[in-house]
Amino acid sequence: MRSFQFDRAASTEQALKAGQSNQAMYLAGGTTLLDLVKLDVMQPERLVDINRVGLNRLERQDDGSVRIGALVTNTTLAQDNYIVQAYPVLSQALLAGATTQLRNKATTAGNVMQRVRCHYFRDNVSPCNKRKPGSGCSAIEGDHRSVHAVLGTSQHCIAMHPSDMCVAMAAIGATVHVQGPKGERTIDFLDFHLRPGDTPEREHALAPGELITYITLAPPLANSLSGYLKLRDRASYQFALASSAIIVQLQGDRITDARIALGGVGTKPWRAHEAEQSLRGQPANDETFRRAAQLALQGATPYRHNAYKIPLAQQAIVRNLQTLTGGVA
Amino acid sequence: MSDSISPNRRSFLKSVGVSSLAVASAPVWVQAIQAAPVDDTQQSLQPGEQRITLKVNGQAHTLNVPANAILLDVLRDRLQLTGTKKGCDHGQCGACTLHVNGTAVNSCLSLAVSHDGDEITTIEGLEKDGKLHPVQEAFWEHDAYQCGYCTSGQIMSAVAILNDPSIGSDDSSVREAMSGNICRCGAYKNILAAIQSARGKVKGAS
Repeated sequence: MRSFQFDRAASTEQALKAGQSNQAMYLAGGTTLLDLVKLDVMQPERLVDINRVGLNRLERQDDGSVRIGALVTNTTLAQDNYIVQAYPVLSQALLAGATTQLRNKATTAGNVMQRVRCHYFRDNVSPCNKRKPGSGCSAIEGDHRSVHAVLGTSQHCIAMHPSDMCVAMAAIGATVHVQGPKGERTIDFLDFHLRPGDTPEREHALAPGELITYITLAPPLANSLSGYLKLRDRASYQFALASSAIIVQLQGDRITDARIALGGVGTKPWRAHEAEQSLRGQPANDETFRRAAQLALQGATPYRHNAYKIPLAQQAIVRNLQTLTGGVA
Repeated sequence: MSDSISPNRRSFLKSVGVSSLAVASAPVWVQAIQAAPVDDTQQSLQPGEQRITLKVNGQAHTLNVPANAILLDVLRDRLQLTGTKKGCDHGQCGACTLHVNGTAVNSCLSLAVSHDGDEITTIEGLEKDGKLHPVQEAFWEHDAYQCGYCTSGQIMSAVAILNDPSIGSDDSSVREAMSGNICRCGAYKNILAAIQSARGKVKGAS
């Protein structure tokens, strides 16, 4: 593994100061970063360890929302009593991802910052616009069955965003709090991850040197039911082929409000606004669910090996809604 | 399987071990492996190195390590604690699982310098007073391995799972919680049986 300078920050201020130097990267759980440094895909000159800056608290706010410190581990977040009770979709999504050991290390901000699983990106040899802008995308003409997207792709990159946690957060609604050389600011969670477009090397809205300090979840939707359904090649420890995070509010057998986000199919955690809109005021039945599912995948672009993801993601929506609303009305 | 009724390979080895080495304080296979304390304080730090203290299986070590040294490699190469295995080296197989401050993590994705001051437990630290940990004993009894390479990681995960009240005690919860430990030989059935049989013998396990 390449060598680098290492600093352990004792405070956010120290971290930000060290983080301003050229090619510095913040080290949290390390489950993505050290993996990719070993592969030499990520090439930091300096690592700034932020594990002891004190951003590891989970705080419930007066309005029922939750402020999650950047360093709260995936395990802690998934098992927190209030999260389990008020945001079941988030707890389920976290527990559907990775493994016990990885969740024990992986942090909230690190999960948001994780990189794509495209094998051409990871192999450090193949042309890859994300790794080497302008070199081309090997996945479009190559193998793209499992970890590539059908929504939000471009001719330069089709890698899917691999997170489960982020899909739940996209459905719940969240705000990313960051600090940087120019002070503090907030970014809407749905604006944080970027579609590849013409610049697949740009994956998120952070400016150089900026550090995620907290993520705040929107207050839970009143009287709602929520759940995460992940479909994959094996039952555990596998990335989603398609997944859905759904929050639904019912009055009798009618849906009064809903939130839908998709995983495994988008180049970013994919919120399906139109599909949600189609559910509002409608009876909770299969016809309603199928129409929403169709709308959610309306703009999808199938590639040679992953066209199956379109019906699969639709089914992930329909089945999740069926389960949440208690079966077919 | 009880020793007296139907001796198998493991119990045979075990009984031979005990009888032939009766003069020793403990059978060979449960002889405590403790890393000799390392103290690099007198060594000057080389460029790029940092001085850290690791408390491994109760023993403090002061080490000068390069910033890019991986915890797994430091334990194996500097402390000769080779019970923790390097499998994939990318957090995918679980062979390198150990406990940091009581929590199971992949040591291949951990920088040693990040763990200055931490308490680390490896497979070598599970035995107490010459007696195997109940989970080690259960793996032995259930023949929960073939080649054995993944075994220390499996056991470290199993111990953490049995001590974690948030993980269900049914088979499917255990399988799910253990899915980060890959066994290329496919000894999963016996691994599961071993873990379930150790339940109740582990302090704090539900």
